[in-house]
Amino acid sequence: MILVLPVILPLLFMVVLIFTRRWLIFQQSFSLLASIGLTFTSLLILLDVYQNGIMSLQPGTWEAPFGITLVADTFSAMMMLTTSFVSIVVMIYSPGFIDRERQTSGYYPLVFGLLMGVNGAFITGDIFNLYVWYEVMLTSSFVLIALGGSAEQLRGSIKYVTINFVASIFFVAAIGILYGQVGTLNMADLAAKMRTWDDGSYINGALMLFFIAFSVKSALVPFFFWLPASYHTPPIAITALFAGTLTKVGVYTMFRFYSLFVVFDQQFWQIFILTLAGLTMFIGVLMAASQFDIRKILSFHIISQVGYMVMGLGIFTASGIAGAIYFTIHNMLSKTNTFIAGGLVYQRSGSYDLKYLGGLYKASPLLALLFFIPAMSLAGIPPLPGFFGKFFLIKGGFEAQQYFITAVAILTGLFTLFSMVKIWNEAYWKKEPEEVQIRNGKVHPSTITATAILAVAVILLGVFAGPVMEISMDAGEQIVNPEMYINAVLGR
Amino acid sequence: MESIILQIAARHMRPLLVVLSLVVLYRGHNEPGGGFIGGLMFGAAYILYAMAFGVNKTQKSLFFNPINLTALGLLVAIISGIPALLVGDNFMTGEWYTFFAQTAFELKLGTPLIFDVGVYFAVAGMLMLVMFSIMEE
Repeated sequence: MILVLPVILPLLFMVVLIFTRRWLIFQQSFSLLASIGLTFTSLLILLDVYQNGIMSLQPGTWEAPFGITLVADTFSAMMMLTTSFVSIVVMIYSPGFIDRERQTSGYYPLVFGLLMGVNGAFITGDIFNLYVWYEVMLTSSFVLIALGGSAEQLRGSIKYVTINFVASIFFVAAIGILYGQVGTLNMADLAAKMRTWDDGSYINGALMLFFIAFSVKSALVPFFFWLPASYHTPPIAITALFAGTLTKVGVYTMFRFYSLFVVFDQQFWQIFILTLAGLTMFIGVLMAASQFDIRKILSFHIISQVGYMVMGLGIFTASGIAGAIYFTIHNMLSKTNTFIAGGLVYQRSGSYDLKYLGGLYKASPLLALLFFIPAMSLAGIPPLPGFFGKFFLIKGGFEAQQYFITAVAILTGLFTLFSMVKIWNEAYWKKEPEEVQIRNGKVHPSTITATAILAVAVILLGVFAGPVMEISMDAGEQIVNPEMYINAVLGR
Repeated sequence: MESIILQIAARHMRPLLVVLSLVVLYRGHNEPGGGFIGGLMFGAAYILYAMAFGVNKTQKSLFFNPINLTALGLLVAIISGIPALLVGDNFMTGEWYTFFAQTAFELKLGTPLIFDVGVYFAVAGMLMLVMFSIMEE
């Protein structure tokens, strides 16, 4: 019964927050408590799944291929836990960063709408239902990007919503083709039927449409242009939430679909995905290195690191997948952390542009430290989790004898380090430039607290890399052996 | 633009449309109709009124804010899933009860109707919210 909570609770919180949308203090404190409650629920689900195996539930008591199934395996439970943890941090951060106007005109209800969509996409076992959760997510995130209505935000949100709608068209078209061919929408049932199918041409066509849809949503080459064009426009607390959750849902879905549905021409798909992963990693990081706005550098990094996750998928061994899962979790935490640390820089100096920044290390060592931890984690310096993530991925790559992609991954790591050091040098190390926007701006204590909490979480993820990797291995086994998922849903 | 014909029509159409929307809502589960269509009709009644008398006057004649109506609808929809839990079924299972069985007034009510009422409120509220903000311009 606990499986409906990740979807129902955010909806309930959203309703409460809509009724009380003008009471600022209530909104702030209720959202914080609500996201803590959500995290607790996800933790319970993860523990249950890790001990007792994959959980499934039929809301409405309609049996599996006919009703909408909710399924949680270790991977989806881990993703839900990380998402709700990120939401706690954003809830602590927002009161100190987002202006009162935005906070009282629906910011908090929308965040819970977004969380509902994200959690729904993680636990649904039905492809059409998955599409609906994607739309819930897209609608909430669209309003969040446009909330406040500055000209720049509207420009960004138009690009964002247009390309995502086009992706949704591909998504629905693929669902239609699959339904016409196989005659079911339940993911486990589809996978079971496909394994007895003799002609893969339509199925592979549909899978390619799915792949295009999800590579738009998770910003893979060549469909990544919308991300850096829109992510830097809203207040950085919102960007941080997006960076920690949205593209990762696309990656999650790709893992799920690859595991269940790639039955025909596996060799082709593997090479195809590894090629795109390599290109995404490399192009993303090259473009990041050429930017001068902190938010843009970090946005391009999202793309580059999605490449790493997809590389783990392309390797498709239990240890490769486990590495990718660990990397995804590390990335959700570290990426959000770098973004909100960038927000501290903005509060201190009034700018995100590296040309107008400088001398922050001397002025405020605490701020420097709070940026240094997640940035070095992203760059992959031990003992921070980014190092372990890349290490597990590269190890998985060597074990599967995928030498070329592994080499690209190592090279990309070098460039990541370069662009993190670039932010460090420009914003913290060099002398404060003559013309600055604000000298000694006030940094809100709640934003510092939130950044510090997340930085501690990043460090802990590195310290406890062993246990987390053990859970990831469990998740990896489940992804590599889709029979476990199919049997859990169809009750065989 | 004030049209006396439209105003008189709107004044009489509004209660009629509201009652009809309730009929459509009730017969929805097994026959054409349901919460979504009922909600659209309810919203249309007030949009017609707003076209005749202006948005401000219409909003004054409403005793609720459209966005709160939408939220209420979502709340009702969640609540409709709970009776199943109390009986011991899975969340959202349809539970049906028959009142006045074997008489001329046999009435079959169930949790799907409560869910439909939730949809009705949510759609009506959202439609009014969107249309009023467009018409205010």
